[in-house]
Amino acid sequence: MNNTLIDFVIVSITLLSIGIYGLAVKRNAIRMLFAIEIIINAANLNLISFARFLPHSSGQTLTLFSIAIAAAEVAVGLALIIVAYRMYKNIDIAEFRSLKG
Amino acid sequence: MVDISFLVISVLTVVCAIASLELRSLIYGSIALMGSLLGIAFFFLLLDAPFVAMFQVAVYVGSIAVLILFTVMLVKRELIFTKIEDPKRKYIGVGLMLILIVGLGSVIMDSGLKSISTHSAPIDFNEIGEDFLTYYWPALVIMALILSSSITGALVLARRENIENEQHTN
Repeated sequence: MNNTLIDFVIVSITLLSIGIYGLAVKRNAIRMLFAIEIIINAANLNLISFARFLPHSSGQTLTLFSIAIAAAEVAVGLALIIVAYRMYKNIDIAEFRSLKG
Repeated sequence: MVDISFLVISVLTVVCAIASLELRSLIYGSIALMGSLLGIAFFFLLLDAPFVAMFQVAVYVGSIAVLILFTVMLVKRELIFTKIEDPKRKYIGVGLMLILIVGLGSVIMDSGLKSISTHSAPIDFNEIGEDFLTYYWPALVIMALILSSSITGALVLARRENIENEQHTN
C-alpha cells in the first residue's frame, strides 16, 4: 500500500472544515443536515484509516455503529424538519423562533 | 507517494462535498452529497475494509440519500431553488474553514503521523463479526433498540395532523 496515514487524515480534515463552513454559513435546515453528514463521514474515514494502519479491528466495528447511529439521526432530523416546515411554511432556521423568549 | 486512484477519489469526495453545500438547487445538492458519500465508500475499499464500504453504500447512498431526496421534494418549489444565507457570515465561514484547514493541517504535518505506513495484512471481516458477537454484544442490542425507537419517533413526529391549527391557537 503506497498511501500513508497522513493522506487520509488530510482528506478527513478537509471534509471536517467544509462541514463546519456549511454549519456556520447556511441557514437552510436541510443544508445544515448535509453539513452534519459530511462531518460524520470525515470522522468515519478517520476511524477506518487508523484501524487499517494500527492494525486493529475495533475501528471498523465502531464505524459500523457510527453509520447506524447516523442513519437514525437523519431519520429523526428530517422528521423534525418536516414538522417545522408544516408549522412555519419555511425551512429557514432563523424563522423557527417559537422557543425564543 | 500517493496512488492515482487516491487522488481521483479524494478530488471526487471534496468537490462533491463543496457542491452539495453550494449548488443552488437542493435536489442537485443532495445528488452531490450522494457522490461524496460514495467517494467515502471508495476510500473504505482503498483501506481494505470492503465490509464497511458495502454497509456505507447500502445505508448512506441507498437509504439516507433517498430519504433526503423525498424530504426535499416535499418542500415548496421556491424554497428548493433559493439560497438562504447571510452574505456577511459567508466570509467569516470561509475564513474559519481556511484557518481550520491550515491550523489542523500544519499540526498534523508536524506530528509523527507522517512516517506511518503499513505492510501488514488487512483485517479480516470475520474479526468484525466476532467483535460484534462477543465483546460488543450489549452495544449491539442497545443499537437495535435505539434504531427502532428513533424510527418510531420519526414516524410519530412526521404523522402529526393539525399542526398548523395548533400553531394558530397558540
